[in-house]
Amino acid sequence: MAERSTMLGGNLSPFRRTKALENEIDAFLNKLSESGLLFKRAVQIYLDEGASGAFDEKLQLVNRLESEADKLRRSIETQLYTQTLIPESRGDVLGLLENLDSVINQHEGALWAFSIEQPDIPSEFRGDYAILSEQAVLAVESLVLASRAFFRNIEAVNDHMHKVMFYEKEADKVSTKLKRAIFGSDLPLSRKAQLRNFVEHIDNLADRSEDVADRLAIYTIKRTV
Amino acid sequence: MDGAVILFLSSGLFLGWALGANDAANVFGTAVGTRMVRFGTAAVICSIFLILGAVVSGSGAAHTLGKLGAVNALGGSFTAAGAAALAVYFMTKAGLPVSTTQAIVGAIIGWNLFTGTRTDTATLITILSTWIICPLLAGSIAAGLYKLTTYIIRTTKPHLLRQDAYTRVGLILAGAFGAYSLGANNIANVMGVFVPSSPFTDFNVAGFGTFSSIQQLFLLGALAIAVGVITYSKRVMLTVGGRLLPLSPVGAWVAVVAHSVVLFLFASQGLESLLASAGLPTIPLVPVSSSQAVVGAVLGIGLLKGGRAIRWRVLGGISLGWLATPIIAGVTCFVGLFVLQNVFNQEVYRPISYELSEPVLERLEREGLAAGEIGSLKGAIFESAWQLNERLKTEAALDGAARDKVLLFAERTVLIVDPDHISRLDTDWYTPAQIAALQQVMGQQYTHKWMLGDALAAKASEWRFRSADLANKVYNTELQKKIDALYRKFEIR
Repeated sequence: MAERSTMLGGNLSPFRRTKALENEIDAFLNKLSESGLLFKRAVQIYLDEGASGAFDEKLQLVNRLESEADKLRRSIETQLYTQTLIPESRGDVLGLLENLDSVINQHEGALWAFSIEQPDIPSEFRGDYAILSEQAVLAVESLVLASRAFFRNIEAVNDHMHKVMFYEKEADKVSTKLKRAIFGSDLPLSRKAQLRNFVEHIDNLADRSEDVADRLAIYTIKRTV
Repeated sequence: MDGAVILFLSSGLFLGWALGANDAANVFGTAVGTRMVRFGTAAVICSIFLILGAVVSGSGAAHTLGKLGAVNALGGSFTAAGAAALAVYFMTKAGLPVSTTQAIVGAIIGWNLFTGTRTDTATLITILSTWIICPLLAGSIAAGLYKLTTYIIRTTKPHLLRQDAYTRVGLILAGAFGAYSLGANNIANVMGVFVPSSPFTDFNVAGFGTFSSIQQLFLLGALAIAVGVITYSKRVMLTVGGRLLPLSPVGAWVAVVAHSVVLFLFASQGLESLLASAGLPTIPLVPVSSSQAVVGAVLGIGLLKGGRAIRWRVLGGISLGWLATPIIAGVTCFVGLFVLQNVFNQEVYRPISYELSEPVLERLEREGLAAGEIGSLKGAIFESAWQLNERLKTEAALDGAARDKVLLFAERTVLIVDPDHISRLDTDWYTPAQIAALQQVMGQQYTHKWMLGDALAAKASEWRFRSADLANKVYNTELQKKIDALYRKFEIR
């Protein structure tokens, strides 16, 4: 009986393996989405209470998500190549996964910068930092949805793509406003420069999301032609 | 085993190899071209199903002897098969998809010209017209199927990977089906002509029934085809699959399915009888070119997408190849026959003579040809079809169809109804009543083929043709095949 079930499993393996790989791609996108949400929470905690234990906990979670996502990405890439799947879109899918992975890395990198430098953010700027991180994470969220659509429903990619662009613009507006306010204040130049760096750490997330979305737009055109 | 037979068999095997290297590439070309199926995988699946098709379903075609059956001497068949194979080989080297069918038609015309045999214009026109209809039909089917498939994908929204997996399985299934049909339909081209002189004997495979000599012969031919697939088909596959038009995997699948459907439409007796029994017009059962079908299908998809991606230069090369193939085969065959006959002193055709004897004239009168028209030629003997045809043209006011009829009935031969042959007839094919009728004419001798047919029709109703309605078309075609098979068996050479 056991032998028979393995035989059946063997026969069905092409689709079973496909399903498993589909799940891995979904899991990878989940990690990206979760790391965005954790990033937003972590920034909020930092703004409220500084580099507290709660902040460290979120940082560790993002850290773990990053290495799990790396593992998933490598596994997906290996399977795509060893099983010679999706020959037409393989290069594009690989490029997409690597670019998405770099967004997770940026979440982690920015949080580490908070943890190491522990910038002292004056209370008048905190509201804008929170808005900036919210807009940046919304751009990441829309990018995740667009990427899911690329795999599952190609026609819906554009519905999410334009939101990435929208949130990136919003984040840009907030970051410009915040930088002007920082450099217009009486703080010493060293602190101004440090605060500007942290604006950029967060704003880069939105910019990176937009870059990836631009590539995704090309991959999508290639698939629908 | 006769040494000469083996030597002559070699050109059939060469033709088989050429068929594998070129025709078989059409089946898996788009799958390999889009890198959905590896060449190695495609070659193995293609070979297995070709061999299965040839051995399992190909023996049905043994009764019809293949198109080269018209060539009536082994030396002639050898040359015609060799010339066709050579033409296909050159096209394969150039990476152009052509078909052995096209090459064989050219080679037979070459043989006809060399031997002064009249080419049956009606059949030739039917075959030539399918060379236009077949790509058009394949293109329309492909365009329709492509629209349907993209609609289904849009509504069901499969995951990118799931769609990939389904397409891959679809490509392999469609390819295997295509290879099976190709083997079943085309093995008669390759080996059919050698059936009467098969060097093999039937033997029993314990528990599996008989492995007939024809099946062994076809297995040999199919192995030659498989060798052609494995050794040489890659270039043509890449032309079909990528150079003509860059196809998506789904497009590749559509092309293979459209190609197989067209081959099926032109080769299915089942469909013909279904259409006939419904009183609908039937599709002519003629050998069509798989290359034309697949190129038509790829073009259909390309045009549906606006035609911008089609590489017209490649298409031009392919079309030139289609024109050149029959011409090269015909010329090579003609020259080859000349060399074989005059340098090697081999018989390349059996001369057929014609006589307008008393019974022939009477028979023609019953067919509706007034004796007055040809009465002046009574008793005359002609050494070739060409001679008789020329005389008919000058001395009798007959149209082409009527002249063909005179040629058919005036052909001289010697038929002896040999009891040995009767006992070895295929009892699954001939009905008991038909065999009983044959036994009644046992030992009789006839000087014209039609005399045997008439004698049998007088003995049993199952030897009589039915009125030429659509509904009776399949019955009449089958009966004609049985009678033709008898002619070949009882003819004294």
